[in-house]
Amino acid sequence: MTTRWTRKDLLGLRELSAEEINFILETADAFKQVGTREIKKVPALRGKTLVNFFVEPSTRTRTSFELAAFRLSADVINISATTSSLTKGETLKDTARNLEALHADILVLRHSSAGAPQFLAQRLKSSVINAGDGAHEHPTQALLDLYTIREKREKIAGLHVAIIGDILFSRVARSNIFGLLKLGARVTLVGPSTLVPREFEKLGVEVSHKIDDVLPKADVVNLLRIQHERQRREYFPGIDEYIRLFGLTKERARFLKPDCLIMHPGPINRGVEIDSEVADGLQSVILDQVTNGLAVRMAVLYLCGGIST
Amino acid sequence: MNQAKQNSSAAVPIMDAEAIRRAIRRIAHEIIERNPQLAKVVLVGIPSRGVEIAERIAAFIHDIEEIDIETGAIDVAMHRDDVGTRAELPVVRASKLPLPLEGRTVIIVDDVLYTGRTVRAAMDAINSFGRPARIQLAALVDRGHRELPIRPDYVGKNLPTAGSEKVQVRLQQTDGEPDEVRLEKQ
Repeated sequence: MTTRWTRKDLLGLRELSAEEINFILETADAFKQVGTREIKKVPALRGKTLVNFFVEPSTRTRTSFELAAFRLSADVINISATTSSLTKGETLKDTARNLEALHADILVLRHSSAGAPQFLAQRLKSSVINAGDGAHEHPTQALLDLYTIREKREKIAGLHVAIIGDILFSRVARSNIFGLLKLGARVTLVGPSTLVPREFEKLGVEVSHKIDDVLPKADVVNLLRIQHERQRREYFPGIDEYIRLFGLTKERARFLKPDCLIMHPGPINRGVEIDSEVADGLQSVILDQVTNGLAVRMAVLYLCGGIST
Repeated sequence: MNQAKQNSSAAVPIMDAEAIRRAIRRIAHEIIERNPQLAKVVLVGIPSRGVEIAERIAAFIHDIEEIDIETGAIDVAMHRDDVGTRAELPVVRASKLPLPLEGRTVIIVDDVLYTGRTVRAAMDAINSFGRPARIQLAALVDRGHRELPIRPDYVGKNLPTAGSEKVQVRLQQTDGEPDEVRLEKQ
């Protein structure tokens, strides 16, 4: 491991090299172990202040960042806001001014507009961590997915990963695509043509509209939630039809390889994109993803928040 | 690489492979003398050369007493007090310790003892895993200039240095170079 970490911000996986991604994953190995200690807390970021700024609602990601910060001994402030009354530009400028006034060292930002974290990263001395920006990127989710695959299968290169569902609106899918391709995986996107348009092939992935063709060949299936809140018009006729065509039902799960991993970034719509029996089955690593998310976020906060700026 | 070569030509050799071997063997003898309950001893190295030195001490103890001492590694990066002040972050590694530590004697092993801040971080890290009966400290080289009230129990070589000098330890297993301790004047 000779790579050096030089970034104050984590905005997306598109801009990271394979070496940098691997460096984060290896750093996360060390932080995962902290959770098994008698004292589950290290002083690495003692005296630093982290602001969780979530303009869009989120419980699991915010909680995961908050717990990660606690375990690194940072102080945490949670701010939630709505953008409804303010235009995007004004909000972000105000945000930047307020955060500078608070002397925040690390800003974890979730925002409905793509590019919002980059906008702030360029204007703030603080570290900016993207916790999801619009339909653009959600780098820590993809990193925890990569970490979980690497942990369970001991490698990523050469594995065939199927990402199934609402790709068009999914920042999780985009970050996963960038990360998986950089680490040498083969990626197939699966879903209705309205949600998985052929344009994605330009990124270097395969696109399929037939889940039954893909499932028997996959080493990992990553199921995405149908994002009702991001869809401005109907992209498929109805939930029943979606389940029939693309849901990972228990009947379909029988066609998976026995060692195929089943992943989901949560929250799960049981009975829609995945059946309860499958989500709770032996191949499911959904709760490992949650545990690993904490280690990966500790690593990211340590690396970005720890470098001298 | 080129720069490292230049430095080594300007450096003063302090210990060669044989001197390092003898120093580590003497530390092994001293550990045996000082710890009647040898089986309770754990040798915990600070990565990466401290881990290698701990392994070598354990091998000598095995040769002398035919007892296998447990060894481990303790990460100190996340326990340091200078995060955010250094241009380059120390690489964080997972610790490997035989658990539980209760009732055991943990001997921290490092290549060079200097300010004592790394050892303080190592003690904090060890305490987060449990409460050993006692903690001792072994260093291949003690170069002085302590900034904390920390004193080694086992020393391979006391080396008076100036603050501007650098002590370089090279070990075959960790550096791919012949065993050597050298002093670089700046």
